[in-house]
Amino acid sequence: MRHPPRPEAPPVTAAGPTRMGFFTDTSVCIGCKACEVACKEWNDVPEDGLDFLATSYDNTGALGADTWRHVAFLERPPVPTAGEREAAKDSGIRWLMSSDVCKHCTHAACLDVCPTGALFRTEFETVVVQQDICNGCGYCVPACPFGVIDQRKADGRVWKCTLCYDRLRSDMVPACAKACPTESIQFGPLDELRTRAAGRLALVKEAGVPGAHLYGDDDTDGVGGFGAFFLLLDRPEVYGLPPDPVVTTRDLPAMWRSAGAAAAALVGAVAVAFLSGGRRR
Amino acid sequence: MAECHPVGFQWVMEAKAKGARVIHVDPRFTRTSALADTFVAIRAGSDIAFLGAIVNHILTNGREFREYVEAYTNAATIIDERFRDTEDLDGLFSGWDAGRHAYDPQSWQYAGMATGPAAAHQEDIPQGEAHGYGARLKNGDPPETDPTLEHPRCVYQILKRHFARYTPALVEEVCGVPRERFVEVAEALCDNSGRERTAAVCYAVGWTQHSTGVQYIRTAAIIQLLLGNVGRPGGGILALRGHAGIQGSTDIPTLYNILPGYLPMPHADAHPTLADYRAAVCAPAGFWGHADAFVVSLLKAWFGDAATADNDFCYDHLPFITGDHSTYRTMLDMADGKVQGFFVVGENPAVGSANGRLQRFAMAELDWLVVRDLVEIETATFWKDGPGVDSGELRTADIGTEVFFLPAAAHTEKDGTFTNTQRMLQWHHKAVEPEGDCRSDLWFFFHLGRIIREKLAAAGEARDRAVLDLAWGYPLLGHHREPSAEAVLREINGVDAQGRTLSGFMDLKADGSTACGCWIYCGCYADGVNQTARRKPGREQSWVAPEWGWAWPANRRLLYNRASADPAGNPWSERKKYVWWDAGAGRWTGHDEPDFVVDMAPDYVPPDGATAEHALRGDSPFIMQTDGRGWLFVPSGLMDGPLPAHYEPHESPVTNPLYAQGANPARLTQPHRLNPDNGPGGRYPFVMTTYRLTEHHTAGGMSRFLPHLSELQPEMFCEVSPELAAERGLENGGWATISSSRTAIEARVLVTDRVASLTVQGRRVHQVGLPYHWGWKGLSTGDAANDLFGLALDPNVHIQEGKAATCDIRPGRRPRP
Repeated sequence: MRHPPRPEAPPVTAAGPTRMGFFTDTSVCIGCKACEVACKEWNDVPEDGLDFLATSYDNTGALGADTWRHVAFLERPPVPTAGEREAAKDSGIRWLMSSDVCKHCTHAACLDVCPTGALFRTEFETVVVQQDICNGCGYCVPACPFGVIDQRKADGRVWKCTLCYDRLRSDMVPACAKACPTESIQFGPLDELRTRAAGRLALVKEAGVPGAHLYGDDDTDGVGGFGAFFLLLDRPEVYGLPPDPVVTTRDLPAMWRSAGAAAAALVGAVAVAFLSGGRRR
Repeated sequence: MAECHPVGFQWVMEAKAKGARVIHVDPRFTRTSALADTFVAIRAGSDIAFLGAIVNHILTNGREFREYVEAYTNAATIIDERFRDTEDLDGLFSGWDAGRHAYDPQSWQYAGMATGPAAAHQEDIPQGEAHGYGARLKNGDPPETDPTLEHPRCVYQILKRHFARYTPALVEEVCGVPRERFVEVAEALCDNSGRERTAAVCYAVGWTQHSTGVQYIRTAAIIQLLLGNVGRPGGGILALRGHAGIQGSTDIPTLYNILPGYLPMPHADAHPTLADYRAAVCAPAGFWGHADAFVVSLLKAWFGDAATADNDFCYDHLPFITGDHSTYRTMLDMADGKVQGFFVVGENPAVGSANGRLQRFAMAELDWLVVRDLVEIETATFWKDGPGVDSGELRTADIGTEVFFLPAAAHTEKDGTFTNTQRMLQWHHKAVEPEGDCRSDLWFFFHLGRIIREKLAAAGEARDRAVLDLAWGYPLLGHHREPSAEAVLREINGVDAQGRTLSGFMDLKADGSTACGCWIYCGCYADGVNQTARRKPGREQSWVAPEWGWAWPANRRLLYNRASADPAGNPWSERKKYVWWDAGAGRWTGHDEPDFVVDMAPDYVPPDGATAEHALRGDSPFIMQTDGRGWLFVPSGLMDGPLPAHYEPHESPVTNPLYAQGANPARLTQPHRLNPDNGPGGRYPFVMTTYRLTEHHTAGGMSRFLPHLSELQPEMFCEVSPELAAERGLENGGWATISSSRTAIEARVLVTDRVASLTVQGRRVHQVGLPYHWGWKGLSTGDAANDLFGLALDPNVHIQEGKAATCDIRPGRRPRP
């Protein structure tokens, strides 16, 4: 796992930066939540509520303005599907853990709808909110197909994972990936991560988890592929992830075309009405 | 391990990626279980039945590594004819003295070995640590052996008989583990051991927290010796300690019965003079033969120029023990008003020790209490806001204890070392200055000592010599006058008469010409260089990585590694090659520092009159033992028997199907008005066990006060199976009250299949899982699980049985005063 060592710094070359991202391999996640804590420590994200949720060991609940990494704990009752039985071996228990994060979509609806330009695509092709520009309009919140971006109650602005933009600009690995003890969270050039993920998936399947699959590694999906993608051991719904996410602004051009056509038709109709009316008079 | 040592678990994950099979045995399904290849749910407190059955499986099926067992263990040694096994005496070994409530180990000795009469007041002398070195053999070889392992009184045959009834069926009956699961585990261990493969046993210190805790580890040691998994790469028994530096706190101990480097603390009756002490600790064979050099060098380090041959190197200045002064004994004495003052440093007994109510009542009887911690923990405030105060049991106005709370510096705010589970010292540099009045423990104790010495010097009393003679000079740095931690490490490493740093413990002398604060650490500052601060990356050195930090002893990364070669000195296999004899060079060589006399040939036989390590043969890898062998059978040093036997916990809902003797006869029950037992019967029908969570740190002082950790596990909870939840009407997310004869606590409820209800002796046994991190202070609060537990202690090391006791559980919150 440790060899060959992965590069500490993103290769920002003269030819231009490469698209950087996360590969979160949930098959080796031990649910330690070091990613959650490291993220909050580095990015100065406040505590998000001291609430006992009685949902396995997950007291975080969901991603939000004050939670940019969220480790889900999924306890499955005995005797589920064949794939799950295999994963559980014969103890009858299966406990999935997975660290969720902003997907940094290729087609990012949050960015599309932002009226101020506060959301922008960085030179690493990640999607980041500029806090000094965000005016708190909140359009991006319903636009995200994953429910990631969220308004902070106290100040109204939206907050989410920046993929540690400041660290990347200083040739450092994002805090969560740096803290992850088992390399469940891997950071690097997206194409390298995809190659590595394909190899890892083959191993996991060979080890007897036929239901394992990559989530978000496909450029032809509804968001054009994720900048932060996952190896999951079960269907996305089990992890609370949409099975077929679609960029919510997908139909915007068509809608604008329709609206434009409708407007043109209306203008035409009004003109016709005027013309014909004049004639009548 | 993933749960409590997530950073260390990365290496397990790496091994797994390389094909290692990971088996996890635990009462609860943890984060480790989720990543393991095999998980086995076991009833808390039944491990010796499980492990003993593995021993039986190995012996019955001939799965032991025969050459290793014959050459390197005491399997062939013949035991005294007076020895009687638990099989003969229904759960007792020979030598049980019901009146003294203790064993006389005379009949456990090697046959034909001259044993003198028991020392005076033997019952007061803690034998566990103090006499654990050897059977006091008069030469390297046991007097009577049978290399064919056929003699009925040889260890191998005794072992076979002792564990014969530990069958898969018994495992099912006692542990609640289906017999097929057990056989699968036993076979996996055997399949992965031998010349070509090794298997490791990892345990966290919960394994020790039983009234038979030491014997748990002993059973694992028997398995590993039989399978040839000791002293070889990938083998061993790895104790995952509870804190980053806890290994260091036994090496340079905070324990009452040992001095630095595992030298026994002198006993007032047994060792009145240095000559007596030397006679007791110097073994005739093996490296403990140099114990006199170790202790004299220690005295020189502590008392400096005041320590001379004429005054026995200030031996009289050492504190002498007269019996059990362990923490729980001390707390009981404190509760009875016999202890006046108490320093609590980096510990939180008000919620972190067993029987919290007793702890708090005891501290209320003190004259003064000093608490040093990062935050104002429960131990510092129990007198005004603890559970006893709200119920009226403790009245603040009536508590005379004067409490001093002193803020402590964190490890990031001071220089020093951590010693990890691999015995590796790693230096940490101060990153920032401590804030406000926070100071390091080193600063505190140095200046406390300085001020006391100044006061005593003025008084000029002879009785104060022990304090005044201490060598108490260290460079003081910065405006806080912080003692140099490197100077302390250099003192621990040791110097010669000219003040030059020593390079290893073989330099130590018994004549007072060397000073060394801890003989096993000698070499950590070799050549005047802080060897513990080395951080050469692994990719720039061999896979053993000897230039990362420094491991005791002598930077050896794997103990007893002579056993990685066969008796003739050749590797057992190419695949597991580690240290071997280079006949051409006439030296031991290999990937690691050989844990052996480097030029002692494999065929060396000690001549008459040889001493210490030269009294052991060239094919005896266990160089700290007087016979050079790994002990399957322990003739001396244990309080509760030469072999492990399954005993039920002090409090158990089931009886012991093996013996009429139910619980460990030698356990310490500590009868006291504040330490009641649950007793037998149906009042407390369930098993309870405590454990840690990744999100919090032990008794919570370092985690419950931090928002980013507290929000991850924001309050105390218990874990129960759906079956128990249905039986008792417990709701997920609701409240439960858990009770024992000590107290009742409340907790939120997690209903989960991960905490197993098991079929034991034909009936369902439910287990209640209790994380023990909580107390009433901080951001994440809740009742302390440790309040439920009583003091039933292991007789060897006096640790509480915090991992298995009985309880009741009911829905709803506990009654309020």
